[in-house]
Amino acid sequence: MSDTITVRFFARFREELGTDQVTVPAQPGLTAGDILASLGERSGPWAQLRDNPAVMIAINQTMAKHSSPVHSGDEVAFFPPVTGG
Amino acid sequence: MISIQEQDFDPVAEYANLRASGAGTGAIVTFTGLVRDSGDMNGVTGLYLEHYPGMTEQVITDLISQASERWDVRKARVIHRVGRLQLQDQIVFVGVCSSHRADAFSACQYLMDALKTSAPFWKKEITENGEHWVEQKATDIARSQTWD
Repeated sequence: MSDTITVRFFARFREELGTDQVTVPAQPGLTAGDILASLGERSGPWAQLRDNPAVMIAINQTMAKHSSPVHSGDEVAFFPPVTGG
Repeated sequence: MISIQEQDFDPVAEYANLRASGAGTGAIVTFTGLVRDSGDMNGVTGLYLEHYPGMTEQVITDLISQASERWDVRKARVIHRVGRLQLQDQIVFVGVCSSHRADAFSACQYLMDALKTSAPFWKKEITENGEHWVEQKATDIARSQTWD
């Protein structure tokens, strides 16, 4: 069990952020929304993650909410609304 | 069975597999989606499709389970292509076998509607004037919600 959390990005976010993955430290009581807010404080394209109601969240490849808890070793993903089919 | 793949698929072969689902099958409904020339923008020349490997398959597996709880689904098949696609290419195939037609129609439409708003795929349209990520449609969300 690692003491970090893997954060993945897809589609428009992956392209505009210029990365498909970052690692953040795990902390007691951390939520997906906390990670999103923290990443949104970064400059440039990262600001689009801040207060963006369109961001979809998955934890360990299952849809989740801002309030969902995140633990060390988890894989969190942030992505735009899906457009398949 | 679910396949996420770059290569094309053969609806005739898929139909034959569905037809072999047993003597209890009395109806087969299939849907095939194609790349068309106008989406968010006109002059679309192709698509690029990205997905979230692993989660995509899990979401579609769950959708088939939900469809099987609501309707008589004897067999279901979903194929979704990813990567670069050209105009008129096949994108997606959904096929459902049921005892009777009403269940096959409903389950097939449900799978397609729910896939569009919950499976992690993203389309980028390639046009004569550049590329852009497709926006999710309010009509797709509304159509998916009719099944709630």
